[in-house]
Amino acid sequence: MSIREDRPEKQCAVSGIGQSDIGRRLGRDPLELTLDACYAAVADAGLKPSDINGLSTYPGNMSQPKGFTGAAAYDVIDAMRLEVDWYDSGVETPGQLGSVIKAILAIGGGLADHVLCFRSVWEGSAQGTGGRASLGPGGGPGGGGGGTIYAGGFQQWMLPFGSAGAPIWVALYAQAHMDRYGTTSEQLAQIALNGRRNAGLNPKAIYRDPLTLEDYFNSRIITTPLRLFDCDVPCDGATAFVISRRELARDLAKPPVYIEAMGTAIHDRPSWDQLKDLTRTVGTDAAAQMWGRTSLTPADVDMAQIYDGFSYLTMLWLEALQLCGKGESGPFVEGGTRIGRDGALPLNTAGGQLSAGRLHGYGFLHEACVQLRGEGGERQVPKQPKVAAVAAGGGNTCGCLLVTTEA
Amino acid sequence: MTEQSTTVVVPELTDVNRHFWQGGEKGQLVFMRCQDCGYYLHPPIPICPRDQSKNLAPEAVSGRAALASYTVNHHGWLPGFELPYVVALVEIVEQPELRLTTNVVNCPLEEIRIGMALQVVFRHIEDPHGDVWLPLFEPQGGQK
Repeated sequence: MSIREDRPEKQCAVSGIGQSDIGRRLGRDPLELTLDACYAAVADAGLKPSDINGLSTYPGNMSQPKGFTGAAAYDVIDAMRLEVDWYDSGVETPGQLGSVIKAILAIGGGLADHVLCFRSVWEGSAQGTGGRASLGPGGGPGGGGGGTIYAGGFQQWMLPFGSAGAPIWVALYAQAHMDRYGTTSEQLAQIALNGRRNAGLNPKAIYRDPLTLEDYFNSRIITTPLRLFDCDVPCDGATAFVISRRELARDLAKPPVYIEAMGTAIHDRPSWDQLKDLTRTVGTDAAAQMWGRTSLTPADVDMAQIYDGFSYLTMLWLEALQLCGKGESGPFVEGGTRIGRDGALPLNTAGGQLSAGRLHGYGFLHEACVQLRGEGGERQVPKQPKVAAVAAGGGNTCGCLLVTTEA
Repeated sequence: MTEQSTTVVVPELTDVNRHFWQGGEKGQLVFMRCQDCGYYLHPPIPICPRDQSKNLAPEAVSGRAALASYTVNHHGWLPGFELPYVVALVEIVEQPELRLTTNVVNCPLEEIRIGMALQVVFRHIEDPHGDVWLPLFEPQGGQK
């Protein structure tokens, strides 16, 4: 396969990044948090709202699950009085970064020059103290009554058996991986421990107190082999980016973070339980496509910012991105040294969603930009990274990006 | 097994899924099957993806399966489930990759192994909109 130098990625860069306050339960208007992040990203780029002529978000307008969407595309277009030449939202897309990928396509296709992308959540406040929502974004039970809950759509194949959402679905994958490859809970724990070490240096992180392996094993089992610390923490907060046409980005306020390649493929059934191979993710397809679009290779990656809605998803992505061999993510993260800030492959340097909050995919690209710009402060990776692999999603919705400091 | 429903989650019956959820009345695990190429379609869809045939009909399989993966769930996500319970992915012996999400029952937790041979057992739930029979799985040869 020949590599196209005129691919849309090569026409784009991240020119601005922004993030709202982040908290477990801020109790603030989610639109305010969304706009805080959006205005911050525009200002960070050195642009004005009137310069923005495109908008993209994941997932757009959804009433369920509660708190899953802090603001829809129209909410932000209207609140910022944007006049856009292109806009889009949607949940059936290659992971949360699918919305950024669509912005890149829009710029590559000549529809827009500066696209504002955002992801906003308020799951912390929406779920209140009653515990975490059990149902994924794909649909919930129909109207109940008389003690009976009626499940339709794909949930009919799940809910009657108590298979109530992503924790259980991911646990089934993790157990299959452990069985086939001998992956251990000690290895899985390293994703959580690494995240917490990094979160300790991130003032915005939700959980910053040190976490030990003993704490990990003392935490309650949610659904084997996943423990409490293998599951991310719902929060309130918003993250935004401005993706700009590359030649325009060069003259803006911050050094551009260049987009080198992207991956969107899914070569398996878009299902949680009918996958061909339970120990693989469709991220494998997306990542293979991404590597086919660049002359860079996995060996060039200095840093990885990878989705950790559950610790095991990060392990799967390490394999999918070819940063380690198939089935080898356990030994790869063993002991945590390799993935530490001063290791060979620093991972989730802001703490990930496990410790810094479930910003749902966008937090990883944000942190990649922070680190590539050298703005990490106390948590800056000591060996200045130049190439970062960024991946978001899990199960049947996965997308990835390769971003760099050099054009 | 027959249960009077207290709090239960039941599938919403439609013309498309009735064969699956009510096959248990006759003790049968039933999937939609292409009558031309023999492929089982799950979840049921109106056209076979292998040969584009619309000549589809519900057919019973043996009810035997292998355990593809499992998790012992300790968290109360839904009312009406006694903790802990085992959520399983089973692969139906008639067709590789034809899987069901289900529960493993009648088996001590410490004896559950990926790859173990299972057989279907139905849990009957009475419901004013139509009774359903949930296909659960137990070790082949019966209760352990």
